[in-house]
Formats: sequence, structure tokens, C-alpha cells
Amino acid sequence: MAPATRTDTRPSTVTLIWRTTVGKKAVMAVTGVAMLLYLVVHMLGNLKIFFGPEDFNGYAHWLRTLGEPFLRYEWFLWFARAGLLASVVLHGLAAYQLTRLDRAARPVAYVHRDARRDYATRTMRWGGVILALFVVWHILDLTTGTVNPRGEAGNPYGNVVATFSTWYGNTIYCVAMLAVGLHVRHGLLSAGRTLGAVGRRSQHAVRVASETLALTLTAGFLAVPLAVMTGVVN
Amino acid sequence: MRLTLRVWRQAGPDAPGRMARYEVTDVSPDMSFLEVLDTLNEELTLRGEEPVAFDHDCREGICGACGVVVNGQAHGPERTTACQLHMRHFADGDTIDVEPWRAAAFPVVKDLMVDRSALDRIVASGGYVTAPTGSAPEAHAMPVPKEDAERAFENAACIGCGACVAACPNGSAMLFTAAKAEHLGALPQGRVEGDRRVLAMVETMDDEGFGGCTNTGACATACPKGIPLPSIAAMNRGFLAAARRAR
Repeated sequence: MAPATRTDTRPSTVTLIWRTTVGKKAVMAVTGVAMLLYLVVHMLGNLKIFFGPEDFNGYAHWLRTLGEPFLRYEWFLWFARAGLLASVVLHGLAAYQLTRLDRAARPVAYVHRDARRDYATRTMRWGGVILALFVVWHILDLTTGTVNPRGEAGNPYGNVVATFSTWYGNTIYCVAMLAVGLHVRHGLLSAGRTLGAVGRRSQHAVRVASETLALTLTAGFLAVPLAVMTGVVN
Repeated sequence: MRLTLRVWRQAGPDAPGRMARYEVTDVSPDMSFLEVLDTLNEELTLRGEEPVAFDHDCREGICGACGVVVNGQAHGPERTTACQLHMRHFADGDTIDVEPWRAAAFPVVKDLMVDRSALDRIVASGGYVTAPTGSAPEAHAMPVPKEDAERAFENAACIGCGACVAACPNGSAMLFTAAKAEHLGALPQGRVEGDRRVLAMVETMDDEGFGGCTNTGACATACPKGIPLPSIAAMNRGFLAAARRAR
């Protein structure tokens, strides 16, 4: 007798990726790395504040004219924003769905809790929520200027100084940047493992890279409020 | 040694459970953890009470039948199985919490016994190779690089006890599934079904109600057989490649 022919239809790549936990985590890894690359550029751009108002405001304006004349005014910025928004939404949605699955997979908790997990892994979920809320405030503060104490269009330097001259601006920002550091510390190594890019030999190097990058990002971002607080930038 | 055990007692799958307190005296430091449970059960039987149900078989750390969470750690504080955990790792007068593996995919049967057949179903969905029957092939007919053989053997050491699931904060079976997929996938004989295997096993794992991996590494720390954490990354790589090749 001839063996039966396989007649079942196999699911498509997209279905396989979004339907499985492994695939959904790959989506989180890719979007996470995309946002991380953006953060590195953002941090480096922020440091221009140390070269004075002309330099910083000029850089902010250049971001709007970037790609001209191929792209029109602010087009590059809007493309970047669309990409980032898609990344945030996919990352958050996958995280939410996976968290629900993870919680459901352990319906009865252990009576004797084993508290050996490190801080960065335990704070990934709520740290991510804190970061999402921070991003909303950050956009209202320094992109639209809605909640900025100065809110002057075309003068990001003045707006940044105004934000970091308030106690709440400094507090929100510093807490969020510590959250970024913790999130990146576990996130980058985790993304490497999820994508299968980190093997036996490279895992130590990637761990060191994650920690270095997390520390560099946090330090780079915190340099700006600290400079305003100490009067180096005013 | 004199110990106080707080043991999870549950009469049946749907019965409510609770932690019950027992005193066990005359414990020798050379006893295994299961022998302490045996001692407790003898006393309970003499008192006319129901003994504590727990899984065990070989009692030499190679079968994967036993497994309890001791003080919040799968198989207890040493990196071995509960049957090979000796009481010298505890101190006289200690209070020890004993709980079953906790996972939605591992329903409690009774007391410390859980139903781990979800792991069998993961294996059944892809843990096999297509092999011609007949006489045994010549040993050198299919050369296997030393490194691949070592990797396959390392993963083949998995005894399917489920400690990885019990230790994982998400109740994930990723280390178990990765061990099975890598064990066969590392060898040329297992590559024929490579794509189908990893896709089917991951899908079954999800369907059984195990959680996802968040790379905490708790599984590899608890694993009595030392299945390496990088096996998970290797399975992820295999899964994503297979998903790309899918129609």
C-alpha cells in the first residue's frame, strides 16, 4: 500500500510566528532591538545640548530637513515615528498576551517563594509599563510642548532646560531612565537568545555588551538633567 | 536529626489542598529526601492516617520519576533529583516546605504527585527519527562530528522530570522541549524531520498550556541533568528558520 499523501495545509510563516510563544517573542526581540537602536541615536543626539543652544536647536531642525530634497520637510521624522509606533504597539501587545499566558501557566503559586531572580528580570513587565507611560509624558512635554513649562516651538533647548528646572520633571525622567537601564540589561541578552543569535560561546560577550549598553544609555540620558540641575546647561 | 515538614496534602485532582505540618524524628543525615518521606509515611500508616503520595522509581537519579519542590526549589537545594538529595544539606531542627510541581499543564493527581503526560505529548508530536529497519547499520557509515555528538548527548541526558517547568516563573517547558529537539536535531539522522519536529513540538508545548520563556535561566539552574540554557536559543533559531521555510 502506498503511504498516505500529506494533505493537511501547513500554516504560513506569519501565522506560525504570531500564534506561537516562540514566534511572538521573536516579534518582541526584533521590535525591542529596533527601539534600542533608536535609543542609542536619541541619546547621542541629546548630548549635543552640551555644545550650546545653536548646536542643539540646529540639530533638532536638521532632523526635520533630513533627506531633503528626496523627502519633503519632516517626512523622515514621520517615517521614523510610524516605525517606532508600530514597534511599541507590537512589543506591548505581544508582551501583554505572553504575560497572560505565563500567568495562566502557573495558576497556583508556591507557598514557599524562592526569591533568587535578579532585579532586572523581575521588573521587565512593570518596568515596560512605566516606560510606556513615560513615553506619553515625554512626547507631551518635549515633542508637542503641551505640558512643558515653557513649550516654545523651535526652541527645544529652552524647553529641555525648563523641564529639568522642575522637581517633577527631574523625578519622572530619572526614574524612567533607571527603568530603561534595567529593561535593556535583561532585554538585549533575552532578545539575542530569543532570536537564537546568542550561542554557547557568545553568551558571555553578549551579557557584558547588554550591561555596558544599559549603563551607557542610562548615564548618557541622565547627563542632561544632571547638567541642568548643576547649572552646567542653562 | 529532627525535622518539621510542611507538606502539601490534596486528596484528589479536584479536592482543595493545604499545607500540613508533620514532625519527623530520627532522621539520619545520610538519608535521601524520599527516605524521609518514607519514614513519615510509615508513621502516618501506624497512626492510621493516609500516607503522603509522591512519585518515585529508580531512586538513583536517572529515571526522572521523582520530583518535589523543596523550600521553593525544584528537587531542593542541590543540583540533583529529590531521591539523590541527602539530608546532610539540611540542619537539625529545620522546617522544610514540600510542594508539588506547580503548572497548569501538570495537574495535581494527589498530594505531591502531578500528571506530567503533557511532556509525553510534546515528545510524541516530534521526538522521533525516520530510520530504516533491518540489520544494524555499520557504525562508521554516517560520520558525526565529535562536537555534534557531544551536543546531542548533553541534551539526551534529559530525564523528563519536569523540574525546569516547576522552577520557571512562567511554568514554561522550553528547556525540556529544547533538549528533545536539540538532541535529535544535532545528529544527521534527525535532520530529515528537523523543521517539522521543531514546529510541531513548540506548537504542542503551547497547546498544553505551558508558559513562554523569559530567559530568566531558572530552568537550567534547577535541571538535575545540567541541560544547558543555550539549548533554548538553539531551538529558537531552529524554530524561526523552520517558520521562514514554511509555506
